[in-house]
This record gives sequence, structure tokens and C-alpha cells, in this order.
Amino acid sequence: MVNGPVLRGKDMAEFKMREMVTVGRKKLIGEVISIDGDIGTIQVYEETEGLKIGEIIESTNKPLSLKLGPGMLGNMFDGIERPLKKIDELSKDFIPEGIGLISIDPKKLWDVDIVVKKGDFLNEGDLFGEIKETSLIVHKLMVPPKIKGTVIDIKENGSYNIEETLVVLEDDNGNKKELKMYQEWPVRKQRPIKERIPIDKLLITGQRILDIFFPIAKGGTAAIPGGFGTGKTMTQHQLAKWSDADIIVYIGCGERGNEMTEVLEDFPELIDPKTNKPIMERTILIANTSNMPVAAREASIYTGITMAEYFRDMGYHVAIMADSTSRWAEALREISGRLEEMPAEEGYPAYLPSRLAEFYERAGYVKTLNDKEGSVTIIGAVSPAGGDFSEPVTENTKRFVNVFLALDRELAHARHYPAINWLTSYSGYSKILKNWYEENVSDEVVNLRNKMLRLLQNENKLQEIVLLVGEDVLPDNQRLVLEISKVLKTGYLQQNAFHKLDTFVSLDKQFKMLTLIDYLYERSKGAIEKGIPISQVKDDKLFYDVVNMKYNIPNDNLEGIDKLKERIDKYYDELEGKYSS
Amino acid sequence: MKKEYLLLDKVEGPLIVLSGIENVGYGEVLDIKVDNGETKKGKVIKIEGDKVVVQVFESTSGISVKNTAVTFTGKPFELELSKDILGRTFNGIGEPIDGGGKVYSSDVYNINGRPINPVARRYPRNFIQTGISSIDGLTTLIRGQKLPIFSGNGLTHNELAAQIVKQAKISEDIDEEFGIVFAAIGVKHDDADYFRKSFEKADATDRVVMYINYADDPIAERITIPRCALTAAEYLAFKENMHILVVMTDITNYSEALREISSAREEVPSRKGYPGYLYSDLASLYERAGMLKRKKGSITLLPILTMPNDDITHPVPDLTGYITEGQVVLGRELFQKNIYPPVNILPSLSRLMKDGIGEGFTRKDHPDVSNQLFSSYSKVQEVRALSQIIGEDDLSENDKLYMKFGREFESRFITQGINENRSIEKTLDLAWEILSILPTEDLDRIDPELIDKYLRKEDYYG
Repeated sequence: MVNGPVLRGKDMAEFKMREMVTVGRKKLIGEVISIDGDIGTIQVYEETEGLKIGEIIESTNKPLSLKLGPGMLGNMFDGIERPLKKIDELSKDFIPEGIGLISIDPKKLWDVDIVVKKGDFLNEGDLFGEIKETSLIVHKLMVPPKIKGTVIDIKENGSYNIEETLVVLEDDNGNKKELKMYQEWPVRKQRPIKERIPIDKLLITGQRILDIFFPIAKGGTAAIPGGFGTGKTMTQHQLAKWSDADIIVYIGCGERGNEMTEVLEDFPELIDPKTNKPIMERTILIANTSNMPVAAREASIYTGITMAEYFRDMGYHVAIMADSTSRWAEALREISGRLEEMPAEEGYPAYLPSRLAEFYERAGYVKTLNDKEGSVTIIGAVSPAGGDFSEPVTENTKRFVNVFLALDRELAHARHYPAINWLTSYSGYSKILKNWYEENVSDEVVNLRNKMLRLLQNENKLQEIVLLVGEDVLPDNQRLVLEISKVLKTGYLQQNAFHKLDTFVSLDKQFKMLTLIDYLYERSKGAIEKGIPISQVKDDKLFYDVVNMKYNIPNDNLEGIDKLKERIDKYYDELEGKYSS
Repeated sequence: MKKEYLLLDKVEGPLIVLSGIENVGYGEVLDIKVDNGETKKGKVIKIEGDKVVVQVFESTSGISVKNTAVTFTGKPFELELSKDILGRTFNGIGEPIDGGGKVYSSDVYNINGRPINPVARRYPRNFIQTGISSIDGLTTLIRGQKLPIFSGNGLTHNELAAQIVKQAKISEDIDEEFGIVFAAIGVKHDDADYFRKSFEKADATDRVVMYINYADDPIAERITIPRCALTAAEYLAFKENMHILVVMTDITNYSEALREISSAREEVPSRKGYPGYLYSDLASLYERAGMLKRKKGSITLLPILTMPNDDITHPVPDLTGYITEGQVVLGRELFQKNIYPPVNILPSLSRLMKDGIGEGFTRKDHPDVSNQLFSSYSKVQEVRALSQIIGEDDLSENDKLYMKFGREFESRFITQGINENRSIEKTLDLAWEILSILPTEDLDRIDPELIDKYLRKEDYYG
């Protein structure tokens, strides 16, 4: 049978579940997804047009797996790790089917430092060599899982391609094992670790609403749901650019081709503030755009997470952005539909929640096999149909993530970006990170955040009254809540990704800005309590300058904030003096 | 001699089923001869053992299980293309319907195309001036962009699309050729005529390729027609290096045809009965827009869709919005106020404008001004809601200014004549003029330097 990306073949009793196969004359790549007697069902990762009944399905005898080794950073791959640049060289401009299984460059030479000597005993996960893959990242060569033994042969330090044997191990039974620069790993299987460690570090993103209000922890999980046009991709791009992970894996899953092109054009020019190197050097891109074959979209998520785990095993902190997990869920639905499976909610298969759980559970902060600390943080965008958060993908994702950043259509329409709704979003890490904030920023972060969130909630209730009777009838202390909330919203929560100072903000500045807004609130509240009318208390120029501190105070010189504080003091001291006399 | 199959198993809606078939490929095209002399084309959409499910283009009426002879061509659906297609009119499967002869060429293209490699794409950055303030100023069209118009039944989307076609400066250089590919999917005869006339008026007939499937034409052709049109566009853009504007109307008809065929195939439906692959299928159309690094030409795509019941969360506009690079949304309320073009700017968006406007592209103040207009106009909505409850007289002085701003914005900035072609400078100057109604400290989205440079309060309103 041929039905879109789904095939059935006969005489397949010897095939294994989840095995990779090639189909027909064009050698299309596919994966066995069910076996019934000698009938096997295959999902094909390429266009099946032209395929005929009677064409041969060939076994490769291994599950869908990746070559993990040097050559991944700075590159863009399709959903099954085929380098798109290479495909573009082979077949200009468009992606044909039947290109076969290509992967990281087998010919490129890498300078290897071997860090073991003959006679050393190596366990799984131990390092045996290093490669400076990019100016930012040292690629550590590890003994693959389940392999150990004594080094009986090594190569000199020098330039080699990935296929050359660098180290030979011999185990207790005398079996020899050759180690190369890469290892193969099945995408659907978690890579082993020693143990999970509790999460306690902030993933610094330089985005105020995240770092202070809804923090994401290293090794944590976050979801960004939002209807179209609310800025999911923009938020993901900001995170990929500025978060302080060592490695970024960006998966464009069923999204726009131009967005991936944009990343390809922008990232090499963006300089990481910490290292002064182009951030492309720490980024891996996986692109399965919306018009590329749907089955490879299903695989792309696993490809990304497997690469992330591999770098985690070297002791790096990896953040993975999946944009968008809804397209992945839809790919599951499409294939499920073609298999004529019984649908559950909205046509999605009944196993959708368990698949989502499997994916998000691959995040974590761990001790690796070689006793290093590493982490995988997952940030998944969700594209709910009709912007309705009660649909199955959003609902089920919510169950498995700790940070929920709800993007809001109203905010997006008013061009308030990031359009993260502060009333419906939440972060389960805010409490867990209390100690981290105390050690790294200030004891006051969590209290201040909670106070400001209460203020915003209060403002929301007041706005309902305002909508009924207008602002003028509110007492002055409530009008002040509205005014300060406005400062907080435009001056703090809104962040301009295109402004060179505002696109990334240091934690110090984030905290001082919020403290200053709080100070303005306290001083102006004090003045109101003394009976001074709001028209006097709200000084347009002063409020305006507080709102604009995001644009004119650099991250590395925060004196401007102290000066603003002096001005606040001066203004209210004078004002109160005038009224008391 | 190719094998002829003389017996069908089943005819159902646009589908026929045959069995005992050998050596046929998925997606292959077949010829169907009916005994009354009619010939039709079909395409294999499922193979199961020796059984084949075929989707018939053109109508299946008149087909019985015994009166047809079917031959498989061994090829996928292909079009022969040359520059001679310019100025011609074709039906949904690429056959001429203007009385002229067939187009012969050695350049043969599979209408499904192949996905553009993201590595080979060129990121679109060139501003296209449409002469329409609401679009140029607030949802700027960029060359190589896919920007749909979300409309409703009876709204003025056809007029707007025709005005864009007429005024759009797709290329600044005179030596660069540009052309228009127009695909009418299941449209009324008078709508198609309206476009034909407007192309004539714009003196563009010999630069237009038209593909037309009328509302009473077979629905299976609605599936092929946008693909034929886009294949033609790809040919003209990437082979002949032309700048192509593709106008497609109406995507809702296309999606309904897809749903009808899906239901005839007894597939598992997802939202509102549309097939689960509607997203992927629409993407396979929209994503064909763009530019390539190696090629000079470009495809800018302007699909039009009518939102059933004006509901933007309906699957067709919803999924479209997730794929396209923004949307221009037309609003019923503005239309009823007799505003043309009735562009509701708040839900409208151009994702690519951020990289194609500002200094070096349009004018330095453009990004801030458009941001400010969005922000202030969204405030207008709040103030209007309030004024409906407490009455405009009881609004605060500040809020009254917003009411005035809202009215002026709609009646002067959004509104323009159907033949009025405004330059981007004129659009931006007009924006400043209207923004000057508001208190200066409320212009919090604009760089103070730009306010000093462009805001001329006293000149306009004393």
C-alpha cells in the first residue's frame, strides 16, 4: 500500500520495529512503525510520488540513528541529520527525494588531542580526546555507552577525519573495540547518565519578564503557547541568541523557510556578550520547514534532543528550542490518520500525551557518566489552533512543563512584546531558584517579584472598574496603582528586541530597574498618603525618564539608575515639603 | 502500446477505484476515455495491493463502471512551460481556455514542485510600495513575502487586491521584468471578470498568466489549480528571472475542495471536518513563495481568503496565519462605516517588515511611527468601549483626544481612493499629522529625536 508518507510492505517478518529501511529504486529513507505478521508499515521521510507496488524495501538492520561527532555546530540539518548545505551542493535550490543517507562531513579533517595513553582503563563516557570544534566549543570525544576496556593502541595527536580509528580498547574478554571521532545513537532512546541532580540554577536569558518574573531553570522545561502573530518565534529567537547556555539546538519544526534563512543570516553576525564570538559557533539548526516531508518532522524533535544530550554528556549546558511542538503533534496525527488508528481528541492519537511526556522528560540537570555536570533545557513553542489554549496539545504540554509562558493576542495587537501575559503565565522554578537569586543577585528578588505581580493583579481588577466608570472616579491611591503598572508594563515588561541596549539586559540591571520602579511606587504612595493629589504626584517627566531607563542606561554602567533615584528623592522631598508647610 | 483498463470497481464523488492494476506509481497521472468521446484526467492518490484510488479532475458525471477506458501515463502531473504563457488563460489543469493553442515547450515541470532548501533561500528585505497607506505604513509588503488578505463575504478584498496589482512597484529597475500570475479557485464568473477587467485597465494583460476554475467547475481541479499557477510562477521567477506577484483567490474554496475529497476517501477528520494534513497541504502552496540566492527573480504571494462567518479562528485562516508571513485583515465594522480599504490594522501584521523598513529602506521614522500607531489605535479601542458606557462627553480630556485621533486615523489614514496612489513619504507624513492630535508625552514608542525632527504640531492643529 502507498498512502502519502505511509507504506505497507509484505514479507517483512524479519524486520524489527523502529528499524531504518530504504525503499525502492530511489532508496527513500523510512522507518518501520508497525509489524503485523509479515506485513510491515513504514513511514517514509521523503516524498513518495512515483513509488510503485512491487518495489523493494531493504533493511539496514539498525534503528533510525544519528552520527554524533564534530561537524554539527554552526550547521543546519534536516529532520534526520542530513546537512542542508551538502544537499544544496548536490541539488541546487530545491530538495529532491532519494539523496540517500548523508550526515556530518566524513572527509573534513579535525585536529585531535588524544588525552589518554596506552594501558589506561576507560569506562563508558570517559574522555579520550579533544577537538577545538569552534572558537567557542571544545568537542570532547567520549567512549560510547556500554563500552569499556584498556587502551591498547592510540594515534598520535594530529589531523584526522571522523572515520579514522583513534583509540583501540580491549575489554576483559579480549574483545577489541575501535573508537572513532563519532558515535551512533538511536534517536528515540535517551542517552544514559549517572544520575539526575536537583535543578537550582537560572538559565539567564537577558529578558526581564523571564529572568525575574517567570524564570526558566537550567535543566528545566518551558512551553510558549500562542496564536499566530503573538511572537512565539521572536521569543524563541531571543532565547537562542541571548540565553547563557553553552550550546543551542534550534529546531524549526514545520515552520517557515524564511525564518530558518533569517537565523542563518543573522546568527553569524551576532556576537555573544560573554565571549565576543559569533553565537552561530554554539548553535545547531534543524530545519524541517512546513513544506518538507511530514514524517521527517516527527523525527526532527528526536534528532534535536539526541544531539543536545550528546553535548550534555560532555558537561555542557544545552538549551533546545523546539518551534513548534504543535507541528510535531500534527505530524503524529497525520501519520496516525493514514494508519487508520482510532483518534482521540480532535483527531490526535491517544498516545499524544505519552509522547509529549517522553520528550519533555529528556530535559534535566544531570551528573554525566564521566562525573561532570550538564543539563538539557527544553523550551517548546506551542501553536494552539485558533489561539485556544484548551486544545489537546497545549493542555497536555501544560501537564509536563514547569514554565508556562502564555502569549496574549491583545498584547501582540498593541505591539507589546514580548506578549507574555503576566496574569496567566507561571513558573514552577521561582521558589526553587530563591537560593540562587540570593547568592547571585540579591535576597530581595523573589519578594520584589511577588510584590510587583500582586500590583499587576490589583491593576487588572481596577481596569475592570475603569472600563465601567472611567478612571477619574477612582481614589488617588488606586489611580497611582494604574500609573505605576503602566510604568511597569511599558518600562519593564515590554522589551525591545531590536534596540541594541534593550535586546539583552544584565541581571543586575534587571534587578535595579525593578527596585527603582518599586522605589518610585513607595515614594509616590507616601506622597499620596500625605494627601497630595495625583496630578502633582505623577510628574510626567520623571515617570517618562523611568520608563526610558531601558533605552539609555547601558548594562555595564548603572550609575544612571542611582541618579534617577536621587531625582525621585529630590522631587518627592520638595513636593512633600511644599505641602507640609 | 499501453495497457487499457476497461472496468472500474467504484465511482464516488470525484474518486474512482480500479483493481487488477500493475506497475503504477503513486501520484501518477492517467487518462480516462468515456464512451461518449469525452476524455478526462485523473491522479493516483492511494495504492493498496493491486487496487488503485484515483482522483478525477473534471467531473465524474457520465462515468459508469463499464463505459470507460483508463490508461496510465507513467508520469506525475506535469506542465510544459515557456514565456508564451504570459497573456494566456488556462483552466485548473493547465489547458488553455482562451481559444488559443496549447503551449509547447521542452521545459516540463512537476506541478507539485519540491521544497526550497532553506539554505538556498535569500531572506526578503526589499520593500514593495503598494501606494496603500494601511499596508505600506503598517503591514509593509516585502518582495518574496507571502502575505494573505483575510476577508469576509461581501467585503472589498477583490478591489484591494486589484489596487495592489495595479499600483505595486514590484521592481524599481526598469530593466527587471515583472509579471502577475493569477489563480482563481472556485470563484464566481463576475469575480473572475472583475480581475480580468482590472488587469486590462492596468494595461497589464500581456504580463498576466491566468488560471481560472469557476465556482461551477469540478472541485478536483481546485486542488491542482494553485499548483499549476505556482509552477508557472516558479518557472517565470527562477528560470526567466522575473519578479512575480501571485494573486490567489479564494483559499477557502480550495480547502473546502480538499475536505470534500478527504471525506470521499473516508479519512479521519480533524477540526471542522478538514483533513489532518490541511496545514501541511496549505504549506506546500504558501512556502513556494520566496527568493533564491542564486536567482534574480522572486515570487511574492498574495492569497485571498474569506473567513467563514468572519471567524479568524476558523481552521483555514488560522492555519494560513501560522504559515504565512503575516496577514492583512479586513474588518466588517470598518466596511459598514463605508471605509475603503477596510483594513483592520490591529490583527494585521507583516512579519517581514522589521527587516525591510527604516533607514536605508523606507525612512528612519517608519518603525517607530508604525509601532506608535498600533499602540495608540489599540488604546482608542479601550476608550471607545468606555465611551459607549459613560458617553463621550464624560470622558477625560485625554481620552477625548484619543476619540478624535481614532476618527481621523480611520477617515484619513486608512481611507483612500481606489485609484489613489500614496508614496511612502506621504503615508508617513500623514501619520505624523494624525499623531500630533495626541499629547506628545503619550508618544512613548517613538524615539524623542524623531519626535523633534518630524512632529509639527502647530502647523496642523494650531
